[in-house]
Amino acid sequence: MATLQLENLKKSFGTTHVLKGVDLSLASGEMLVIVGASGCGKSTLLRLVAGLETPTSGQIMVDGRDVAQLDPAQRDIAMVFQNYALYPHMTVFDNMAYGLRIRGLSREDIGKRVQDAANTLGLGALLKRTPRQLSGGQRQRVAMGRAIVREPKVFLFDEPLSNLDAALRVQMRAEIRRLQRRMRVTSLYVTHDQVEAMTLGDRLLVMHLGKPVQLATPMEVFEKPANTYVAGFIGAPSMNLMPAKLGHGGASAVLEDGHVITFADGRRPGQDGRKLTVGIRPEHLRPEPGGIEIFIDLVEPLGSETVVIGRMKNGELVSVKIPSAGSIPETMSVVIAPEHLHVFDGETGLRVEAV
Amino acid sequence: MERRTIFDGWLLPAMLVLPQLVLTFFFFLWPAARAIWSSLERQDAFGINSEFVGFENFVDLFEDPLYLEAVVRTLIFVFFVTVIAMAVALVLAIFADREIRGRDIYRTLLIWPYAVAPAIAGVLWVLLMDPNVGLVGVGLNNMGINWDYRLNGFQAMLLVILASAWKQVSYNFIFFLAALQSIPKSVTEAARIDGASELHRFRTITLPLIAPTTFFLIVVNVVYAAFDTFATIAATTQGGPGRSTETLVFKVFRDGIVNVNIGSSSAQSVVLMVGVILITALQFRFMEKKS
Repeated sequence: MATLQLENLKKSFGTTHVLKGVDLSLASGEMLVIVGASGCGKSTLLRLVAGLETPTSGQIMVDGRDVAQLDPAQRDIAMVFQNYALYPHMTVFDNMAYGLRIRGLSREDIGKRVQDAANTLGLGALLKRTPRQLSGGQRQRVAMGRAIVREPKVFLFDEPLSNLDAALRVQMRAEIRRLQRRMRVTSLYVTHDQVEAMTLGDRLLVMHLGKPVQLATPMEVFEKPANTYVAGFIGAPSMNLMPAKLGHGGASAVLEDGHVITFADGRRPGQDGRKLTVGIRPEHLRPEPGGIEIFIDLVEPLGSETVVIGRMKNGELVSVKIPSAGSIPETMSVVIAPEHLHVFDGETGLRVEAV
Repeated sequence: MERRTIFDGWLLPAMLVLPQLVLTFFFFLWPAARAIWSSLERQDAFGINSEFVGFENFVDLFEDPLYLEAVVRTLIFVFFVTVIAMAVALVLAIFADREIRGRDIYRTLLIWPYAVAPAIAGVLWVLLMDPNVGLVGVGLNNMGINWDYRLNGFQAMLLVILASAWKQVSYNFIFFLAALQSIPKSVTEAARIDGASELHRFRTITLPLIAPTTFFLIVVNVVYAAFDTFATIAATTQGGPGRSTETLVFKVFRDGIVNVNIGSSSAQSVVLMVGVILITALQFRFMEKKS
């Protein structure tokens, strides 16, 4: 197992700056999930670590050795691709053995390693098949097996589950996690799926426009998003964000319609009237009389709960998660639970903590 | 998916296929039948009388050392045209498949030779290689190489092989490029991460994945070299010097049209026809297996 460090890693294609400086440090055996919308540079980051692209500047250290200028072959890294990238003309066995043969392992050694990996992944009966004859989930497993047998220093996953159907995705997600835990391989996992991001990683790196925005444990990211982008990106349905102003003495936020929410956890710094953005997750809005009036637009029953999407008086959209309800009226009054309020600066979007 | 149109009567569909049937009859079936018939006859020296001789023309043909020489010569010609045309096309396609500047221009230029008529391609090569006026021909002589394809049979063969292969490179290039592009990039990348060198990747990933295209092209190129290079040879060497570039197709023309030995020429045509039918059948069987 190995550590992985990225130091001020940058990548530009011509005048397009895809990665604008990423610093990252993974402990041995850690699984770090990189999440972000498409185009945020997360896949480029992974390809840089794999050696499929050369960085414009910066260092990539595997176990303290800078590999940034090395060929992928010399890095001892394995990667699982989104479309699996199996060798279509080879059997499952040959797919897994390919890298081992290049390394010049003995026949028995290769056979043993492939057999072990196949047993681990439940592929024992499929070794003689070609990728064409496998289902999506089985192909995914072969791709994992091909990575495992090499016993690499670092594992890279490039959205490995996004080509699978929903049920299989849940199953494979758990399998990947179990496998990674057991093998303790330092792993980088790229995804745009926030459920994967929340469940798989020891830590989570949220990226936006080529820059890391927040690096923390999944729960920390969820409970204390560093800015409005993270707040809106993590959590489904998205957090409600509304413009507000700092109330008297920094003790409260005043919404545009005059509603005053007193902070539960203390004062916020700044002049009275400082521009803020306040965030509240849909599940922290309680339907209760005397709150914010919303006009209901759409009802999405999810079974165990119901998401109600409505508009405030000023036209802003608000979603509310409520326990399953029978009939929903046309208007509804909701109350914000102040202990769950997130406060951000109105201009920079950065989180404003209590003083 | 199969699309079927149902016609009410038989008249309209019959009319629709009639032009094709007429063409097939007059330009293929009838001449072919005449060739088969002629191959069983022998004409006198003045072409006035002919008598039925059964398979005698064929027997004579396969006992004729000149014909057997032509068979060997054709095999050599076909082999080198196919190998050169395909190898050059594959190398060019590999380069065109990379991220290079001006890739589209490069690709377009490479496809151009395909649009050149075979006879014109032949003339082009003559003008290049002519020992007196040709750019390359004169250059070779100036360098001290005794180049004259009109006297040297080996050089003549070299010339027709190059001219014929050059003409076919474009066609092969298009197919190889399409085949290379259909290999998912991530597969090659996976092999890179698995530690495979470029050469190893080419051997173990690229070549096997383009094998169906390669096989298809072998058939097409063999057919082309064996049957479709008449115009190129006619425009460059006319089968000479002596018989040194006389392929089977060119021999049919020489024996039948120039030497007016209709019986033998027809017998040769029939042999070639059987060859074409066999190769085509092979190709169809392969294509069926693919789909």
